[in-house]
Amino acid sequence: MTAINWPGVRAIFHHEMSRFFRTIMQSLLSPVISTVLYFVVFGAAIGGRIESVDGVAYGAFIVPGLMMLTVLQQSVSNASFGIYFPKFSGTIYEYLVSPVGWIEVTMGFVGAAAAKAILIALVILLTSFYFVGVHILHPFWMLAFLVLTSLGFSLLGFIIGLWAKSFEQLQIVPMMVITPLVFLGGAFYSASMLPPFWEAVAKLNPVLYLVSGFRWSFFGVADVPVGVSLVAVGIMIAVCMAIIRWIFATGWRLRE
Amino acid sequence: MTGIIEVENLSKQYGSGTKALSDVSLSINEGEIIALLGPNGAGKTTLISIICGLVVPTGGTVRVGGHDIRTDWRAARKLIGLVPQEITLEPFETVMNCVRFTRGLYGEGPDDAYIEQILRSLSLWDKRDAATKELSGGMKRRVLIAKALAHRPKILFLDEPTAGVDVALRRGMWQVVEELRREGVTIILTTHYLEEAEAMADRVGVINKGQLLLVKPTAELMGEFGKKTLTIELDQPLTLIPDELTGRNLRLTADGRSLCYEYDTRAERTGIARLLGDLAELGITVRDVSTQQSNLEEIFMSLVSEPRQEESA
Repeated sequence: MTAINWPGVRAIFHHEMSRFFRTIMQSLLSPVISTVLYFVVFGAAIGGRIESVDGVAYGAFIVPGLMMLTVLQQSVSNASFGIYFPKFSGTIYEYLVSPVGWIEVTMGFVGAAAAKAILIALVILLTSFYFVGVHILHPFWMLAFLVLTSLGFSLLGFIIGLWAKSFEQLQIVPMMVITPLVFLGGAFYSASMLPPFWEAVAKLNPVLYLVSGFRWSFFGVADVPVGVSLVAVGIMIAVCMAIIRWIFATGWRLRE
Repeated sequence: MTGIIEVENLSKQYGSGTKALSDVSLSINEGEIIALLGPNGAGKTTLISIICGLVVPTGGTVRVGGHDIRTDWRAARKLIGLVPQEITLEPFETVMNCVRFTRGLYGEGPDDAYIEQILRSLSLWDKRDAATKELSGGMKRRVLIAKALAHRPKILFLDEPTAGVDVALRRGMWQVVEELRREGVTIILTTHYLEEAEAMADRVGVINKGQLLLVKPTAELMGEFGKKTLTIELDQPLTLIPDELTGRNLRLTADGRSLCYEYDTRAERTGIARLLGDLAELGITVRDVSTQQSNLEEIFMSLVSEPRQEESA
């Protein structure tokens, strides 16, 4: 056997994706409906009163933010539920007795969670074309940010799922931490629109760097330098991987 | 000869201070069926869990097929299939997909023909497209066996495979185990049904309070520890055991037609000849005699109620 058990990674990935396709209506339709509502409320109702932000029409300006909002929420919820459910049902034993290590389990679950989030984000992008004219200035970087961000937050969701001991705990971190960070991370506004003090506070929010970098790939404008955004997401991925490795090595919340 | 599983001085102490296993050593030969017996909390499942990789030991070593379970865990785990005690299945997944998934986890490529063979042998082929939540308890247990066999393991652990299963299904499971034995699979089973161990196992290991009290061939254990009962059918019924025969471990049946004499097969003198002689002297005519071997359950109870420290693995 090679160092990495690739059939094992594929098995976990397919297993997770099959759940997504089993509930395709719920998986795809609900984020699309939410996005349409955001466009109606923020884009049409409020956006009608704002001419442009950094030279970009408000309706188009919120597209990267909306995509990021969905990617972050979907990545966290898919990955956390993906690993929590085997813990809840008891089937986690299979992952612990088979020849798959932390790297294969993480690649399978996180890869599937990120793939689902990216798929939904792309559907939202297509939906947005119906409402506003969006031009993507740097398509490669748009995809790169999409992939890196979904991976980073899927890793975070995976840790939440490993940590959670109940469905309540599974919900509480996304609800109490992720959603506020996203809303305060410039999804619907530019940090430069805030008073100087709050702009400085906003820059402590890691999500701002992701939204900013992603928005730059669309329109070439950013609240923070793009390199800083890339470093931020890179650090997030590295820290999350280290935590996951530690969890599997010690068996914390896994073998208890 | 080196066994397919070599357990040496294995210990497990949980954070709470509970000692689940103390210095257990055991060698399991390739192709044999070994039954681990013990009361609840004796350490059977902990032992299995350590060998399979679910629990990390605090001391000792385990080698599976020559591979250390900690340093060469991938190779060791590939040889093992585990049927857990609890029925744990993905409720919305089909039987076929469940088995395919496990096969993939063990690094094996797709082989639907082999999976079909397993499902047919376990009478699950008709249910291959059914979600596992739709199956009966017995079927779910068979799905767990199918999953454990999906990667053609050399060693199969069955942790209480027939717990809560009806008699007919239990016998069906025994057949499956027998077929696996013929294919050369080494089987380690834990069970509360001593009848099961007696019927299937080549060797029996008795665990109590985290210690392996003994490991012996089933037949040898039965012979060594077995007490026998000699039933003496009388020509004329008795109302009481004669005074001359008191203190002989004798019991008179309710109808007074038989005397039951319990003796130890290990004893130098069983006392049978003397008893029959005394009966003749007292003018009690014997119509027939028969003997009955005590079963594994009685042996097991006598072992765990008076723990022995001897070990013969």
